[in-house]
Amino acid sequence: MSHEFLQVLWFILIGVLWVGFYFLEGFDFGVGMLLPFLGKKDEERRAIINAIGATWDGNEVWLLTAGGAMFAAFPQWYATMFSGFYLALFLLLVALIIRGIAFEYRSKDANPKWRTLFDWMIAVGSFLGALLLGVAFANLAEGVPINAKMMYTGNLFTLLNPYGLIGGLTTVSIFLLHGANFLGLKLEDELRERINGFAKKLYVAAVVSSLVLLVTTYIFTDIYAHLGLNPGIIPMVGVIALLGSGYFINRKQEGWAFILVAVNIVFTLITFFMIMFPRVMISSTDASYSLTIYNASSSAYTLSVMSIVALIFVPIVLIYQGWTYYMFRKRITTKKESLVY
Amino acid sequence: MDPLILSRWQFALTTVYHFLFVPLTLGLGWFVAFMQTRYYQTKDETFHKMAKFWGKLFLINFAIGVVTGIVQEFQFGMNWSEYSRFVGDIFGSLLAIEALLAFFLESTFLGVWIFGEGKVPEKVHLASIWLAAIGSNLSALWILLANGWMQHPVGYVIDSATGRPMLNDFFSLITNPKGWLFFGHTIASGLATASFLILGVSAYHIVRKSNVEFFRRSFQIAAIVGLVAAVLVILDGHSQGQYVYQTQPMKMASIEALWNTEQPASFSILTIGDLSGKKEVWSLRLPALTSFLACNNFNCQVQGVYDIQTQYQQQFGPGDYIPLMVFTYWAFRFMFLIGFLMALLTIFFLYALRGDITNAKWMKWVPWVIVLPYIANISGWLLTEMGRQPWIVQGLLKVQDAVSPNLTTVDLLISLIGYVVVYGALAVADFYLMKKYAILGPDAAMQESVDAAPSVIGAQD
Repeated sequence: MSHEFLQVLWFILIGVLWVGFYFLEGFDFGVGMLLPFLGKKDEERRAIINAIGATWDGNEVWLLTAGGAMFAAFPQWYATMFSGFYLALFLLLVALIIRGIAFEYRSKDANPKWRTLFDWMIAVGSFLGALLLGVAFANLAEGVPINAKMMYTGNLFTLLNPYGLIGGLTTVSIFLLHGANFLGLKLEDELRERINGFAKKLYVAAVVSSLVLLVTTYIFTDIYAHLGLNPGIIPMVGVIALLGSGYFINRKQEGWAFILVAVNIVFTLITFFMIMFPRVMISSTDASYSLTIYNASSSAYTLSVMSIVALIFVPIVLIYQGWTYYMFRKRITTKKESLVY
Repeated sequence: MDPLILSRWQFALTTVYHFLFVPLTLGLGWFVAFMQTRYYQTKDETFHKMAKFWGKLFLINFAIGVVTGIVQEFQFGMNWSEYSRFVGDIFGSLLAIEALLAFFLESTFLGVWIFGEGKVPEKVHLASIWLAAIGSNLSALWILLANGWMQHPVGYVIDSATGRPMLNDFFSLITNPKGWLFFGHTIASGLATASFLILGVSAYHIVRKSNVEFFRRSFQIAAIVGLVAAVLVILDGHSQGQYVYQTQPMKMASIEALWNTEQPASFSILTIGDLSGKKEVWSLRLPALTSFLACNNFNCQVQGVYDIQTQYQQQFGPGDYIPLMVFTYWAFRFMFLIGFLMALLTIFFLYALRGDITNAKWMKWVPWVIVLPYIANISGWLLTEMGRQPWIVQGLLKVQDAVSPNLTTVDLLISLIGYVVVYGALAVADFYLMKKYAILGPDAAMQESVDAAPSVIGAQD
């Protein structure tokens, strides 16, 4: 296999890993943000957490694998982006830490103050995580200052530009809706009713922010210059899927609503990777300083080895992770005796 | 303040902190899997309680290991971008494989184990704790192969265009003896760490006559495993010493405070250095023992620090190639002495178990043994990593050339202080919960929640 083929293959594979992460952790983040608002009683909050309890940690590994794959396949991308987005990623790490620890610790003590504190850590960590990921991806699409030595020359505030913030807030609102749909599938009775009420409101916010993101993408990115691939109607399809989910939310058909929002997430990310390709970091300083899959990649030998490893193990992971969702497919009640703490 | 120094402090603190939780995860997982297997085979309720009780402590500890592990994966790129550019071809692939082969396995099946009891078939539930234990130990293998490569680079050629190492032999990368020696040492010390936790907590309850039979049996299992683990740690450590002698002579010499080349080489019982930490003021030495540690006979030649320094200057250009010896020297001695102490203690415990341990007077002191493996584990890592200085990749790249050039002192102060605050709070929460559940005992662990969860949150909102 030629080096170029492998570079394209790994661009696609990393795209797949990020899509997996956004799809799976997307609803986990959404559930986390909804937790203190949706759950009134302790049992309700526990039921909400249990909806993702067995699987959230496995979902988060998609992020670690995406990061590891970037390091292995495109070390220059990993090095430039992670050192460049230093404080943003530091905050993301803090968000993931407080959120992860809170899932495990919130029920290990009965003190209501303890539990409330950890519930808010889950919510704040999930919000911050979603926001920062959105800001980071929007900035990648928009381009950031990078010099001839592949070094990021901006700072944290460079990232907090209008398009970056639109990307962040859209990610938050889509994840909220995605989480609400997921909870609609996992919970029952009164909680399910309450979630449906939330979903209706969140739907409006998600639609508005997605439309804003769609329009501003044509303004702030170089999508028209066709330096990447032309995504054509793909971004529209994503927004239309999101619009369609409203119909099913109103009819309380959470399954279809969930699928359509998932389609929106997947298509938005495909759009992102098409705008980027073959670039992995767009330099706003000078187009020729951009990092591409060609100047940022590992050797053909490493990419070949990694391809074999990935082609064997990614399907295995998909099978056993899929199996866990099947194992825990039942709806969760808020009856205390059947709740796992 | 120099960003390089701040990045080094941050990496050292976050890594040492992370490794406070890792060994217990590695070792205790096997114990819980074993106990649950015995319950599955015998339906003896004590084994069920054991799996639940020690499993609870396992989970409290595991959570911090996981969240601080994410920081580890990110900070190579964040703080050491030039290192990441330099080694991505090799080091990056090992990290990616770790995530794909180990993290998924560990996280997914631990989730099944926590939430699956009574919901998935009993066999599946049992398999899930084994898979989680295998997953976490497998992750140790890949990260230690990555670290082993930094200590002893293999399987690469230097690319003439970029000057960077390029992988050309994946097989020798994953069979690097350095990594496998680390792995054996780490797995065994994980088991020893878990054994000593079980010994200490069991002793606490035995002294107070609570659940005596449960804790006497736990104590017995831990004493047996602890002895085997401690012996394996020592044997593997001895093999590592010989490999260090062959591959990192400077580290060897700095551990032993061996200034000049000697044949046979003496062993320093006590060396007092000056304030630079790199010069001797006074020492007391035992003849020929270092030769034995380095090459299994009492007569081989071991190079001294000054000779290697001269040789490295000729090979790599001017510079200081001597590690901070006050650290390597003392870290080695702490690790080494505690290792032997742990082996002796387990022998003593096994001997004592032939009689009645429940009324033994020394029992009240046993909870303190919990700290021993922690000191040894951290000393071991300090010695390994400090002994490699000034290199980040032995012979190929120096630490000073590896740091991210774009980071400012302000960036680093924010993150460093942030980590100290967050990690400090985590440590308090972890210690509180570990202590609480350890003291509450097995009956509390049998309930899903130790407390009747009150529905009071709604009242506050």
